[in-house]
Amino acid sequence: MNVAMSTPTPAEHTLVAVEMAGVHKWFGQFHVLKDINLTVMRKERIVICGPSGSGKSTLIRCINGLEQHQRGRIVVNGTELTRDVRSLDAARRDVGMVFQQFNLFPHLTVLENCTLAPIWVRGLSKAEAEMRAMHYLERVRIPEQSYKYPSQLSGGQQQRVAIARALCMNPKIMLFDEPTSALDPEMIKEVLDVMIELAQEGMTMLVVSHEMGFAREVADRVVFMDDGQIVEINGPDEFFARPRHERTKLFLSQILR
Amino acid sequence: MTTRTFVRTAFAPNEPPPLEADSTASRFARSLFATPANFALTVLSVGIVALVLPPLIRFLFLDATWSGTSRDDCLANAGACWPFVRAKFGQFIYGFYPAAERWRPNLVLAFGALLLAPLLIPAAPFKRTNALLFFGVYPVVSFVLLTGGNLDLQKFLLGRFLQWTTVAGVGFGIGLRWAFWTDFLFSAVVIVALVAALAALLRASVFAAVTAAGMVLAGLGIILLAVDLDFGLAPVETRSWGGFLVTLIVAVTGIVVSLPLGVLLALGRRSRMPAVRYACILFIEFWRGVPLITVLFFATYMLPLFLPRDVTFDTLLRALIGVALFAAAYMAEVVRGGLQSISRGQHEAAAALGLGYWRMMGLIILPQALTLVIPGIVNNFIGLFKDTTLVLIVAIFDLLGQIRASFADPNWATPVTLYTGFAFAGVIYFVFCFGMSRYALYIERRTAAYGRGS
Ligand SMILES: Nc1ncnc2c1ncn2[C@@H]1O[C@H](COP(=O)(O)OP(=O)(O)O)[C@@H](O)[C@H]1O
Ligand SMILES: [Mg+2]
Repeated sequence: MNVAMSTPTPAEHTLVAVEMAGVHKWFGQFHVLKDINLTVMRKERIVICGPSGSGKSTLIRCINGLEQHQRGRIVVNGTELTRDVRSLDAARRDVGMVFQQFNLFPHLTVLENCTLAPIWVRGLSKAEAEMRAMHYLERVRIPEQSYKYPSQLSGGQQQRVAIARALCMNPKIMLFDEPTSALDPEMIKEVLDVMIELAQEGMTMLVVSHEMGFAREVADRVVFMDDGQIVEINGPDEFFARPRHERTKLFLSQILR
Repeated sequence: MTTRTFVRTAFAPNEPPPLEADSTASRFARSLFATPANFALTVLSVGIVALVLPPLIRFLFLDATWSGTSRDDCLANAGACWPFVRAKFGQFIYGFYPAAERWRPNLVLAFGALLLAPLLIPAAPFKRTNALLFFGVYPVVSFVLLTGGNLDLQKFLLGRFLQWTTVAGVGFGIGLRWAFWTDFLFSAVVIVALVAALAALLRASVFAAVTAAGMVLAGLGIILLAVDLDFGLAPVETRSWGGFLVTLIVAVTGIVVSLPLGVLLALGRRSRMPAVRYACILFIEFWRGVPLITVLFFATYMLPLFLPRDVTFDTLLRALIGVALFAAAYMAEVVRGGLQSISRGQHEAAAALGLGYWRMMGLIILPQALTLVIPGIVNNFIGLFKDTTLVLIVAIFDLLGQIRASFADPNWATPVTLYTGFAFAGVIYFVFCFGMSRYALYIERRTAAYGRGS
C-alpha cells in the first residue's frame, strides 16, 4: 500500500513503538502528568479517554515533542526524546499527528497542504509528492477536492485532509487528539471510518477520543486518565463491561447514558 | 389551533430572490437625505466641494499658461505656469545629475520598471528569477550606473589589521588593485577556516557551514568586483543627484530593506532566546522613539564624530541607512501584529510535520501573517514614500527639495511659480501613493480569497 518504501532502520526491528516510563510534566507549578508508564507495541491501537483537563492531550503531545516532559523517559521507535533537537527531529519523522481543530494551512490548497512537508522535509520532488498526496487523498475519499482551499470544505472533509496530510509523511505512529470532537454529528462517521481503515491496515495509533463505539471496534487497549495519571488500562471489552476503578465507573456512567 | 404532528408532503422549490423595490438612484437619495443629520452633512459636503473645486480647476487648467519660454509668458495669466515645470523638468527628475550622463539614471529607471512590473503582476512567470534579478542584481547594476562604479578599493579585512599597504599602488589597469584582491582572497580563506572550526566546535555540519560561508563570500566578491571594476563611466558624486531620482532611491531602498529587516526583527522579538529578544526590542524601541529628522541629523552631522577618521560615508548612503533602519523598526511592529494573530495550532501542525523554525516561519506562518497585515505594510510604505522628503534637512535635494530650490530662479519668478511647483509635486506624490494603495487593495482581494471560502 505504501507509495514509497523507506529502508528499514534498526529501530524498525524493535517491537515497541512508544515507551513512556515514569514520565512527569509540570505547567509552572501545576503537575499535569504524574508518573506515566505506558508501552505501546507496534501495530497496537490505544484509545485514551478521561475527563476534560485530565492530561490526555498533554500526554500524546509529549510523544512528538510538542510538549517537553521534565522527568522520566520517552522512547519513540527506538529514539529517546531528549533536549537535543536531533532526537526531536527523529521522533517527528516517525510520528504523524491529527488535531481536534484540524489545523490545516488555510493559505494552501488541499494538495499543497499534503505536499508541503514531503517536499521540504523529506526532499521529494513535486511530482512524487503530488502522486503520494493524491494516493492518500483517495484513501480518505476526497481526491476531487484537492485544488480547493480548506475553508471551502466541511469539517469532516477538513479532518480527512488532515489525516491524509499526516500520512503523506509515511509515519510509523499516528497520534489523534480528539479528532471528531469539533465535528457536527453527521460528519463524525466519515472520519471514524477512515481511522478504522487505517487501524485495519496495521498502523500504530494512539487516539484520544470519547467515541466509545470506535474504541470497542478497533482498540487493543483503552487507557483511562484522570488528574494527570493513568488510572486504568484494559482491553475494550473488559474496560466497558467491568471497569475496576471507582473513577472509571463514574466516568463511564457519565458518558454512556 | 396548532397541529401536534406534521409531515411535509411536497418540498418547496428554490426561487430567485425578490427584486429590490427601489432603484439605485432612489436608494442613493435615501442614504444622502434620510435624516436631518444626513441632510446637513450632504449639504455641507457639497458646499465644500463647490467652494474648492472650481478655483482649483480654474487655476490648474482654465487660467493656466500652457506654452512659453520664460516668466513673461506666465505673468499675463492668473493660473498655473506650466512652462516653468517644463523648463525645470530635468532638474525636478535628476537634480544636478550631469545632462550628458542622464542616460544612466534613465537606464536605471527603465530597468527598475521592467523588473518591477512582472514582479507585481501575479500571473507573470519566472517569479524566482525575476525576484533574484530585482533584489540581487539590480541594486548593484544601479549602483554602478548611477555612481560610475570603480570604487578603487584599497584594503579588505586583513589589510586593516596588518597595515598592508606596500603594494597598494599596483593595479590591474581595469580599476582593480592587487593589494585589495589578495587581501580579499586571504581574508576569505581565514573566514572559511574560522567558520569550519566553529561548526566543528558546535558539532554542526562542517561541509554545510563551509559551503554557506563560501557562497556568501563568493556573492560578496562578485558584488565588490562589480563596484570596483572600471567600466569607463564618468564618476557622478551623489551630491549632484537630486529630484525625483533621489526620492525614488530613498523610498525604494527604504521599502525593499525595511520589509525583510522588519520581518527579522519581528521574529526576533518573539524569539525564545532572551538575548535575541532583548536586542530586537531595544533596536525597535530605539528607532521608534526618535523622530526621523533626528535620525537623519545624527547620521549626517554627528556620526562622523564617532567614526574613525579614515572611514568616510557618503551623505546619501547615511541617509539611506537611517531611513531604512527607521522604517524597519516600524515595519517590525506591523509584522508582529500579524504574527500574533496566527493561532498556536498552525505552529503545532507545522512542527508536528517536522518543519524546522525557518521553514515553519517561511512557509506557514509568515505567508499568513503578512497577508493579514498588508494594509499596515502599505500604510508604512506610503508614509515612508512621503517621509523621504525629510532628507531635505540634511542637504539632499529630493523632488520637493529641487522644486523649492527652483523657486529661487529669477527667470521664472512669477506670483504663481510657487503654487505651480507645489501642485506638480502634489500630483506626483499622489499618483505614486494612490497607485501603491490601489495595488495593495488588489493584492488583498486576491490573497484574501482563501479565507472567505469563495
Ligand atoms: N500550555 C499550558 N499551560 C498551562 N496549563 C496547561 C497548558 N496546556 C494544558 N494545560 C492544563 O493542563 C491540564 C491538562 O490539559 P490537557 O492535556 O489539554 O487535558 P485534556 O486533553 O485531557 O483535556 C489542564 O488543566 C489544562 O488547563
Ligand atoms: Mg485535550
